[in-house]
Amino acid sequence: MTDLTRMTAAETAATIAAGEASATEVAQAHLDRIGAVDEKVHAFLHVDTEGALRAARAVDDRRARGEELGPLAGVPLALKDIFTTEGVPTTVGSKILEGWIPSYDATLTRRLKDAGVVILGKTNMDEFAMGSSTENSAYGPTGNPWDLTRIPGGSGGGSSAALASFQAPLAIGTDTGGSIRQPASVTGTVGVKPTYGGVSRYGMVAFSSSLDQGGPCARTVLDAALLHEAIAGHDPLDSTSIDAPVPPVVEAARNGDVRGMRIGVVKEFAGEGYQAGVMTRFNEAVELLRELGADVVEVSCPSFSYALAAYYLIAPSECSSNLARFDAMRYGMRVGDDGTHSAEEVTALTRAAGFGAEVKRRVMLGTYALSSGYYDAYYGSAQKVRTLITRDFERVFGGVDVLVSPTTPTTAFPIGERADDPMAMYLADLCTIPTNLAGNAAMSLPCGLAPEDGLPVGLQIIAPAMADDRLYRVGAAVEAAFTARWGHPILEEAPTL
Amino acid sequence: MTVTDELVSYEDALATYDPVMGLEVHVELGTRTKMFCGCSTELGAEPNSQTCPTCLGLPGSLPVVNAVGVESAIKIGLALNCDIAEWCRFARKNYFYPDMPKNFQTSQYDEPIAFNGHLDVALEDGEIFRVQIERAHMEEDTGKSTHVGGATGRIHGASHSLLDYNRAGIPLIEIVTKPIEGAGARSPEVAKAYVAELRELIRALGVSDARMEMGQMRCDVNLSLRPHGREKFGTRSETKNVNSLRSVERAARFEIQRHAAVLNGGGTIVQETRHFHEEDGSTTSGRIKEEAEDYRYFPEPDLVPVAPARAWVEELRAGLPELPRVRRERLRTDWGISDHEMQSALNAGAIDLIVATIEAGAPADQARKWWMGELARRSNEDGVELAALPITSGQVARVCALVADGKLNDKLARQVIEGVLAGEGDPDAVVAGRGLAVVSDEGALGTAVDEAIAGNPGIADKIRSGKVAAAGALVGAVMKATRGQADAGRVRELILEKLGAEG
Repeated sequence: MTDLTRMTAAETAATIAAGEASATEVAQAHLDRIGAVDEKVHAFLHVDTEGALRAARAVDDRRARGEELGPLAGVPLALKDIFTTEGVPTTVGSKILEGWIPSYDATLTRRLKDAGVVILGKTNMDEFAMGSSTENSAYGPTGNPWDLTRIPGGSGGGSSAALASFQAPLAIGTDTGGSIRQPASVTGTVGVKPTYGGVSRYGMVAFSSSLDQGGPCARTVLDAALLHEAIAGHDPLDSTSIDAPVPPVVEAARNGDVRGMRIGVVKEFAGEGYQAGVMTRFNEAVELLRELGADVVEVSCPSFSYALAAYYLIAPSECSSNLARFDAMRYGMRVGDDGTHSAEEVTALTRAAGFGAEVKRRVMLGTYALSSGYYDAYYGSAQKVRTLITRDFERVFGGVDVLVSPTTPTTAFPIGERADDPMAMYLADLCTIPTNLAGNAAMSLPCGLAPEDGLPVGLQIIAPAMADDRLYRVGAAVEAAFTARWGHPILEEAPTL
Repeated sequence: MTVTDELVSYEDALATYDPVMGLEVHVELGTRTKMFCGCSTELGAEPNSQTCPTCLGLPGSLPVVNAVGVESAIKIGLALNCDIAEWCRFARKNYFYPDMPKNFQTSQYDEPIAFNGHLDVALEDGEIFRVQIERAHMEEDTGKSTHVGGATGRIHGASHSLLDYNRAGIPLIEIVTKPIEGAGARSPEVAKAYVAELRELIRALGVSDARMEMGQMRCDVNLSLRPHGREKFGTRSETKNVNSLRSVERAARFEIQRHAAVLNGGGTIVQETRHFHEEDGSTTSGRIKEEAEDYRYFPEPDLVPVAPARAWVEELRAGLPELPRVRRERLRTDWGISDHEMQSALNAGAIDLIVATIEAGAPADQARKWWMGELARRSNEDGVELAALPITSGQVARVCALVADGKLNDKLARQVIEGVLAGEGDPDAVVAGRGLAVVSDEGALGTAVDEAIAGNPGIADKIRSGKVAAAGALVGAVMKATRGQADAGRVRELILEKLGAEG
C-alpha cells in the first residue's frame, strides 16, 4: 500500500472519496508519523489525537451514508497555534496563554471543520508570531527537516516543518511580515499570503491587525489553492474582511500558464545580503519564466527600501495595544495572586514572567512610537511610507501582471545564529514585508536548492490585491516546469528522518 | 486637599472671578445590542451573563460596528446642530484597568462623527443661553468593578474586587461642549439647564432613556476661574460622574467657591479629577494629574472607517422630531403655565409623563397637578426619577377620571395613587381592594347630613341666616362621619339645600 503520508492533499481526498483508504486510516497514518518523527522536529505544540480521529470518523460516516464529500474532506492539516480552537489549547507560542482553552472556534477553524478537514493539532511558532525562525517560541525551537540544526523559518516554522517532514499534507500559517512565505522558502514548501481581508481574522490572535493575514501552506500549488478556497471569503465577524467573490484560485492552479504574461523583476531585491546561491536559483527561475513564454521586465520600487523601517514601527505599535489584554484578569497565566499584590502588580508580574524578550522588545518599541510627542515622527511617518509603498505597487502593476523576487535573502540559517541579533533576524523579511504593508497577495514556492549548502530556495510571486489567482497560474506553471526538470518534487530530496 | 476645603461666599467669588465651564456628558444608547458585538444590553442580568469573546476581549476576537449605534450618534449630532463627518474612524484609547477587557477603549479621537454644534437652553426665567458643542463621538462603556471589603466601597481598603463585564461594550456617545463663557453667576444654572435640555433631547430622539440615576447619562463638570477682564483660562478641576441635575448645579457652585478660596489665598489650582458628594454637595480630590495621561491614541485597525452617505444623513435630518425647547413652548402655551412652572416640569423630568397622561384622557391641569405634586414628592423621597416610579401615565389618567366622575375625591385619590405605587394593582383594583369609593348613595349621605345639622344647631342657624362660609364645618363633620369617603362638593350642596341657603 502506498504511504498515505507522502500523498498530496488532492490525492488524499481522491483516495478517501474512492474508498481506497478511509479518512480514519489517513489520520492514523499521520498521527503515527507525528509519533515517529516529531520528537526530532518539534513541529507540534499540541497533537489532538482524539479530535483528529473523531473528525476523520465523521468523514467516513458521511461517505458511508453516501453524502457528497468536499474537495478536502478527510485531509489532515496542521494548524498554527494562533487560531482559536474550541476546547483545544491555543498558546500562540507564549507562556502567558499556557493552559488557556478557548471557548470558541476561529472562523478559519470553523471553515476547516465544515470542509471535513482533519485538524491534527496545533503547530509551533514564534511567540505571538514575532520572529523569523520559531526560536522565539516559549516552548522551544522547531528543526528544519532538511537539517534539524537549522531554523524552519518563522513565525510559522511549525507549520512549514510539519509539511516538509510529511506529518501533514496541509497546514495553516499567518503572515504579518513574511511568516507564511519565509518558512515555505526555507523548507521547500508552498505558502501563500492572500490579499489582506481575503481570509477572516476572527479568532486569529492579533499581532498587528492591519498586517496579519492567515493563509494556506502546502507541498504543491494545487493543494494550496484547494485550501485557499476552503478558508477564504467574506466573514461578517471581521469588519476588514472583503465582501467580494474569492478569486478563482483552484481553476488557476489547474491551468498553470505564463504565456503572454508580463512579469516584473524588482531590481531593489538584490545585492548586498543576498546569498549567491539564492540569486543563482532565482535567476534560473526568471530564465524559466522567459522560456515558458512570459515577457520579463525589470521594474523599480524605490520606496521598498523604507519598508523594513516602517514595518518595525507599525507592527510594534499595533502589537503594544493588541497585547495589552494579557493582564492576568480573565484568562491565561497569573503570577503574584497571593493576597499581597494589587491587581496592577499582578498584571505587571504576569507580563514580566509571561512574555518573552522579543515580545517585550516590540511592546516597548510600539508603546514609545505611539507616545504623544513621538506619534507623528514614528507611527505617522511609517503610515506615509506605507502609502508610498502602495503607490509603488500600483505604478508597477500598471505595466506588469505579477512581480517576482527571491522570497528571503538566504537559505535556512543555523539555530542560534541570529538569536542575539534582532537586526539580522529582521532582514529575513526584507522581500516579504512590502506586500504586507500594501495589503496585496504573494506566494513562495521552491525554485531549487542553493548550490553552496543544498538547502531550498524560494521564489516569491507578488500579485495585486484580489488577483490572488495570478499567483496560482504562475506558480503552477513554474512548479510543473521545475518538477519536470528535476524529475520529482523537491521534497523527495529532503532527508527522510 | 481634604473635605474641609475653605470656601468663600458665592457672591464674593463672582465679584472677583469669571467662571468658565466645560461639560462632558456620556449617554448610554438604548440599542438592543452592544456597540461592537451582538450581546444584549438589558440591565439587571446576572453578572457576566451578557458577554461573548468580543466584549470579554478574548484573544482573537474582533469588533463589528453596531449600525443602530452609528445612526443614533448621527441623530444626536444633527439635533445638536453639528456637522456630520463624511468619513471618520474609531481610535483606540490605551490604558490599563481591570474592568476594561482589552485594556484599550474603542473610541474616537481626532475624527469624531459629529462636531461644531450648539444647543440653546432655557433658563428658569425663560432666557435662552446658547451652549457651543465641540463634538459628539462614539465609544464603548467599560465593565463594572465592585470593590469588596472596604468601608467606603472604593478601592482603597478593599480586600478584593468583583468584575462584571455585562456593561462592557454598551454604546456610549460622549458629548463635549466648547468652553462655556459669559454665564457669570448663572454658570451653575446654565450647567443644570444644559444637562436637562440634553436629556430631553436624547429622550425626544428615542435613542436612550437617559436616566441619570441609572447611569444612562453621566456628567463631568470641568470648571476654572479667571479674574474678571482676563482672557486666559485658569487651571481647571474635573469633577467626575455628577449624576443628577441638582448635583450638576451644586458641583459647579461648590467648585466656584472652592477655587475662589484657593486663589484668594494666593494658592494655585491643581489640575485634578474630583469626586462629588451628594450628602453635602462638596467635592474632594481624586487623582492628581501630575502629567497628562498618555492614551497613545491611534486609528482602530480592526474597524473600517465610517462614511455615512449624505443622502442617509439628510433622511435622518428630515426625520428628527420637534426639538424639545420648541415643543415645550407649544405645550406651555397650551397648558397656560409660566416659564418657571415649565422649567420645574422639565427639571422633574415630568413633561413626557404629563403629555402621556393627557393623551390618556386626563385634563391638563389635573395631569400636571398629580405629576408635579404627589408624585414629584414621592420621587424626591425615594430618590428615583419620576419615570421610574411604578405608576403609568394611563393609571394617573384613570385616577383623574375617577375624580371627575365623582367616584373619588382628592383625599381618596391620593390613597389610590399610594396603593398603585405600593403594587396593589390598577386604580380600580386599589379602589375595590381598599374600599375607597366615595359614598354617593344619596340616602346614606342625606342621613349623614341630617345628623350633622342636628348635632351642630348653632352652625346650622348661621348658615340659615346667610353665613354660607360656615358650611365648611358641617362638611368636615360629614366627611369625618363617612371616614372621608364622601364627595365634599356634593355634601356641601346637600347642606345648603337642606338649610335653604344659596351657595
